[in-house]
Amino acid sequence: MISKMTHSSVMVLDQASAYDFYVNKLGFKAVVDVPMPQGGRWLTVSAPGQPDVEIVLSPVNNSMYSAEKVALLSGMIKEGTFGVAVFTCDDIYATYEEMKAKGVVFTKAPTKEFYGTEAIFKDDSGNWFSLAQLPRP
Amino acid sequence: MEDNTYPKMYLYRRLVQAKLFIDNHYAEAIDLDLIADEASFSKFHFIKLFKNTYRRTPHQYLMFVRIQKAMELLGAGMTVSEACYAVGFESLGSFSLLFKRAQGLTPSAYLDQQQALKAEKAKVPLRFVPGCFAESRGWITK
Repeated sequence: MISKMTHSSVMVLDQASAYDFYVNKLGFKAVVDVPMPQGGRWLTVSAPGQPDVEIVLSPVNNSMYSAEKVALLSGMIKEGTFGVAVFTCDDIYATYEEMKAKGVVFTKAPTKEFYGTEAIFKDDSGNWFSLAQLPRP
Repeated sequence: MEDNTYPKMYLYRRLVQAKLFIDNHYAEAIDLDLIADEASFSKFHFIKLFKNTYRRTPHQYLMFVRIQKAMELLGAGMTVSEACYAVGFESLGSFSLLFKRAQGLTPSAYLDQQQALKAEKAKVPLRFVPGCFAESRGWITK
């Protein structure tokens, strides 16, 4: 029986830029950041309240894909094709204002929905995420 | 995107500016009264709003940020006393006490732990990469 998720992957256009975005703008912690002997960099981050879930910042340009596939995927990521995850926060207006002050681009301002208050932001590559404040139980 | 307004927007903006001021100036001798003034709040109102939003009083939040930054510096290999003064503490004693209270171990124990972890990552990086990812990237072969 599956017990929990430990790693989930987000494809990014550039790992150095993604590091800056996730660590300095979102306030995530770098969990593992090691160069591999064969080349490549293993970079994972975690949300402040969830240190045991590692988000793998995986470069789209890697040994797994052909040049054509890299070009296709890069284009799709930039266009905002991929919605990756929902992040929650205690106070969406404070979090929204702070992220905006740090230069994070939102495509939807906090809006009350059935399940809570939600905003949508993009990472530096073009992946989009929901930022949500869920009703207190 | 149209920047629609919401109730208390200006209040939130002032509060966030105060929080970011602490984030950016934690290493200095911050006068929290001054921050309340600059954000145009009475001290009492400011502390209450800050605590409602961030679950810590401004002072508790400042201490929290300093400890977090000290952990980063210790993780990067800085000595305990260098890290203590670099994040704005004036006494090694109060730094160590607060650090231990927050993290459950002393700054020097944390430094040792982080350095050991760093050495391990440098020595056997693949121990930190799930096998499936490592294999798909050609870092290990079956």
